Amino acid sequence: MTDSPQDDVILAEGAKAAPIEALKDKGPMAPPRSKWRDVWEQFRKHKGAMMGAFFLFFITFGVLIGPYLWTLDPQALDIRNKDMRPIYTAIWNSEADVGWNHPLGSDQLGRDNLSQLIAGGRASMAVGWAAMLLSLVIGTGVGVMAGFFKKLDGPLMRLTDLFLSLPILPLLLVAVTLFRQPLRANFGPEGGMFILIVTVVGITSWMPTARIVRGDVLALKEREFVLAARSIGTQPFKIIKRHLLPNVLSPIMVSATLGLATAIITESALSFLGVGFPSDFPTWGKMLADAVARMEDFPERVLLPGVAISLTVLGVNYLGDGLRDALDPRIRGR
Amino acid sequence: MLTYAIRRLVLSVPTLLFISFVIFMLLQLAPGDPMAQVPLTVPPEVKQKMREALGVGEPALVQYWKWLVQVFWTEPKVFIDWLTRDSFLLGWLPDTNLYQGELRVISWQTRSPVMDIVLQRIPQTLWVVGLSYVVGVLIALPIGIYSAYRQYSVFDQAGTFVTMVGFSIPPFFTGPLLIVIFSVYLGWFPSIYDTTHVVNDWESFKYQLSQMIMPVMVLALQTTAQLSRYMRASMLDNLNQDYVRTARAKGLSEAVVVMVHVLRNSMIPVITVIALGVPAIFGGAIITENVFKVNGIGQLLITALFANDLPMVMTLTFIFAFLIVMFNLIADILYGLLDPRIRYD
Repeated sequence: MTDSPQDDVILAEGAKAAPIEALKDKGPMAPPRSKWRDVWEQFRKHKGAMMGAFFLFFITFGVLIGPYLWTLDPQALDIRNKDMRPIYTAIWNSEADVGWNHPLGSDQLGRDNLSQLIAGGRASMAVGWAAMLLSLVIGTGVGVMAGFFKKLDGPLMRLTDLFLSLPILPLLLVAVTLFRQPLRANFGPEGGMFILIVTVVGITSWMPTARIVRGDVLALKEREFVLAARSIGTQPFKIIKRHLLPNVLSPIMVSATLGLATAIITESALSFLGVGFPSDFPTWGKMLADAVARMEDFPERVLLPGVAISLTVLGVNYLGDGLRDALDPRIRGR
Repeated sequence: MLTYAIRRLVLSVPTLLFISFVIFMLLQLAPGDPMAQVPLTVPPEVKQKMREALGVGEPALVQYWKWLVQVFWTEPKVFIDWLTRDSFLLGWLPDTNLYQGELRVISWQTRSPVMDIVLQRIPQTLWVVGLSYVVGVLIALPIGIYSAYRQYSVFDQAGTFVTMVGFSIPPFFTGPLLIVIFSVYLGWFPSIYDTTHVVNDWESFKYQLSQMIMPVMVLALQTTAQLSRYMRASMLDNLNQDYVRTARAKGLSEAVVVMVHVLRNSMIPVITVIALGVPAIFGGAIITENVFKVNGIGQLLITALFANDLPMVMTLTFIFAFLIVMFNLIADILYGLLDPRIRYD
């Protein structure tokens, strides 16, 4: 047998029924894999992202079910047991004022630090998630509108540029100090502040999402499947819902994690500056701000909320990093 | 390029007018009265006169127009007068005397011109925040270059982790943390920035250094975290390009390839990012200035807000917006100048 290709052809013609060797299937192929399975496999390889995701869920569930496990009221004053140290202080200082009734100590008014941390986490996470969702809705809406409808593109992008050139933190402070009173009167001190902070953070942080989504939609709407959908008479809003939104999901998810991180930090910063929630309502930023004056004697009161904020934001950032790698098809193959 | 710059400059005027209008209208909704502290024995009609002297009590649009005139016409005149009278650079010119005692933007807190107070506060902010930006850039660039050159090495992984930490830890936590460690336990640096401190000999210079280290480090951590990421990504984009292989193939040393060929091309986007961060020097350090008690512009804004000093808040916010718009413009123009492939026309 020679190696010339013509011989193979002759041979194949001779043995009529036998198929060409190279074209034969070798055993069953792997079943087709869904995209989200690939994404998950890639995501699992990113250790930081896995830890970040785990920590985020741990914190979220911790603050959700925490008040049922540790039932002490975070606002209850226990003045006889004020200024207690955390239980671990006893390891190196046997004279420290510690006790299992306040495992993480108590503050200058005798409020329990652990239940304050849980309640503060509830406030911070609630504000973070709500503000992130609001900014995502606005950002995606503006981005899709600007990308899909040519007439809206110019005005909406000018609006985005305008918002990008606003000084955000000063304006946040201005808005919060200005609208505090009327909203408090209408929705109660805590509800009013919650609505105010979520709205203000939401409407000042949607611009990056809008830009990314617009760019993706501009490219997507020239693709054949959108043309096909249009040619069978699909309404524009149906095209957006069925064909465009699922395809821009990955950049939206990545910017969602970034949005969550910024929202948590912004809320804590506002509380730290004293323009956030009312002073008896614990949030992480508020606890930190209250503790700064006494941090020489009670450093743990600065450390506990500070570490809580930082770890949460770090977890969210790592989660976003992993999501970006996992959702990018160019990186996923490798 | 020049036509593009002029067009953008002209376009920025309506943008700024619109922003100032939005801020003004937002502030019009503010509760509170500059006369709230005046004793009740003062009759109402006198109070009304005092309000009008401060520019309140007229229709909102008239107030807005007056503010515009004060900021864009009266204040430049005062500035030119100062330039030709007292400044070192142009003091030899004859006095212009443009300012004829018109009403300037008056702070409700101190009843003195807002611009004078702002000018008093700017040096502190520039020293602390500006220096921290320079330090941050100087640290970030080598880190970014080296972690891109040795991608996925231990240094790169550590750099990524430090960057993430720098992104995640807010300044209102790093500030107190540094104070606890370095002022309370170790006692190396003072915890409060003393703005009245005068540097006139070696000892006072050392004290000035020691009180600046902590705020500068807190702010530089944030700058470093952002910029080193950009630098690394930009270097990585360029390191795999064909011209790098050509440069190596013709026998250039590794140092020349990386530091001249790749670095110069990678700096283009990074420089625009650096330019975009400059306005944040003035506005973004509110928290750090608050923690270390630096009486700069950010702290001025906070106190003005709490004291309900609307002209001050209005003018400061507008200055911030002005800087952001201007540096956006500068970044775009720099991008075009540095990269000849980009054509705006």
